[in-house]
Amino acid sequence: MDAFVPFAAIAASALFILSLMWMSHPSTARRGVRAGEIGMVIAIIGALVQHEVVSYDLIIIAMIAGAAVGIPMALLMPMTAIPQRTAISHAFGALAVGLIGAAEYYKHAHAEYAGGFIMWALMFEMLLGFLTCTASVIAFAKLQELMGSRPVSFPGQRIVNGAVALGAVVIGTMLALDPTQTWLFPAFVALALLFGILLVIPIGGADMPTVIALLNSYAGLAASAMGFALGNKLLIVAGALDGASGFILAVIMCKAMNRSFANVMFGGFGNVVAGAAGGKDDRVVRSASAEEAAMQLENASSVVIVPGYGMAVAQAQHKVSELYQALTKKGVDVKFAIHPVAGRMPGHMNVLLAEANVPYEQLVDLDDINPELPQADVAVIIGANDTVNPSARDDPQSAIAGMPIIEADKAKSVFIIKRSMNAGFAGIDNPIYYNSNTQMLFGDAKDMVGSIAKELSGGGSGLH
Amino acid sequence: MNALNADYLFVFILAAFLGFQLIKKVSPLLHSPLMSLTNAIAAVVIVGAITITGEEGATPLARTLGFIAVFCATVNLVSGFMITDRMLKMFKPRGK
Repeated sequence: MDAFVPFAAIAASALFILSLMWMSHPSTARRGVRAGEIGMVIAIIGALVQHEVVSYDLIIIAMIAGAAVGIPMALLMPMTAIPQRTAISHAFGALAVGLIGAAEYYKHAHAEYAGGFIMWALMFEMLLGFLTCTASVIAFAKLQELMGSRPVSFPGQRIVNGAVALGAVVIGTMLALDPTQTWLFPAFVALALLFGILLVIPIGGADMPTVIALLNSYAGLAASAMGFALGNKLLIVAGALDGASGFILAVIMCKAMNRSFANVMFGGFGNVVAGAAGGKDDRVVRSASAEEAAMQLENASSVVIVPGYGMAVAQAQHKVSELYQALTKKGVDVKFAIHPVAGRMPGHMNVLLAEANVPYEQLVDLDDINPELPQADVAVIIGANDTVNPSARDDPQSAIAGMPIIEADKAKSVFIIKRSMNAGFAGIDNPIYYNSNTQMLFGDAKDMVGSIAKELSGGGSGLH
Repeated sequence: MNALNADYLFVFILAAFLGFQLIKKVSPLLHSPLMSLTNAIAAVVIVGAITITGEEGATPLARTLGFIAVFCATVNLVSGFMITDRMLKMFKPRGK
């Protein structure tokens, strides 16, 4: 049976590559999932039939228990919880990598491996694995609102973080050079776990898309490092694919905020700009009612809806879809402008709107929608703030200067659905609220969109 | 076995390069399902977990660590593939 093993690895690698290839477009993406599943089954069979594997009891129990947890999780998870689910699954994956590394370490804790490549690869793998595990748990806690999503900072934070990271690297190096010092090993694991926590607590909720993408990348790199340590090419390939994916997504997220990795990870964004705005309360804000908004929308020929995290918080996506259906029925062209960092993970808005039955052709990326906005009659901003802030474009002094925005302010008229005049996550003043073509619709996003949709579909009373 | 095998580096670099090219082509529409798919694929570390749990002469510690690792990886791969498919099922073209 051992002859089958290398071929299983090749077949699984090829299927994983095809799987990612088919993910390029919604029309082929589900085929991609099938390819990935088949690849995984082949890989698992390949592992089970190896002659080294002699006892199956624990493996089978663990797999059944894993499926018993995983299947209900997949079936019952609401789509709004996808960012949390992704974070916790990174934690599970990274924990698996870390524990396998630990078992391999104890197996190789003999003088003959001192300073050898396997030890270095294992130490690197465990460092990444364990830090990704706790970092993902913290990201999960922030997304699930088990802890505040505001950045947590304390005096000397960078020094502490640096010392913990250095400590983990030094002990890891000592263990790689002399693996027989097993008493150091728990300290190494503890420092790596602690570093993961310290890495994510200073990062605020709005930076989660980048953090999740980076953790995705780390989990992949850790898997790849394990492939190096175990001499398993399938793990190297799968880990490299995952690592590349997370890395590209993180780069896209950073670009969409005009920030660097270093700035996201160590910037403490969101607690620096308080107090920048003040004494400007003499500016005029125009507000409108749902009826007035409905009337303008009905008379428009093109409407662009700009959703943000606020739509997800208010669970307004189904009402937004009703609004889309009502306007489309009246012959209005409706598009959705999706900023890459809208929401809490890459692609968050797309998933929510797709769930609410908005056809994917109407979901338009930042770069493609901006040239269309000056021709749009109405832009409706639902729960988005910083991603439509014109000061990113116009004010070089702004804390978000240079961040690409959806230029909703260029539409002929703009409606903004918002609970109150409080500033957005970044705490930055948003001049779009005071523009002469802007009207505010104060209220809960779900209720407000719902009443506009009702007016449009004839449920309301006074349309004239 | 105790030194870096250049073949592995070769495989890694080719796979990473291929990964970059493939991921760049993924529509931004699908970035959420992409992430849960790659997460499921990375659960292939179950292969390593199976070996340490079931191999001849595994210590009780190795078997325990391996058991937890097999469990975690199974949760990830089962829920990862299923959730990805659930998300993708929702992406419908116009007129459906």
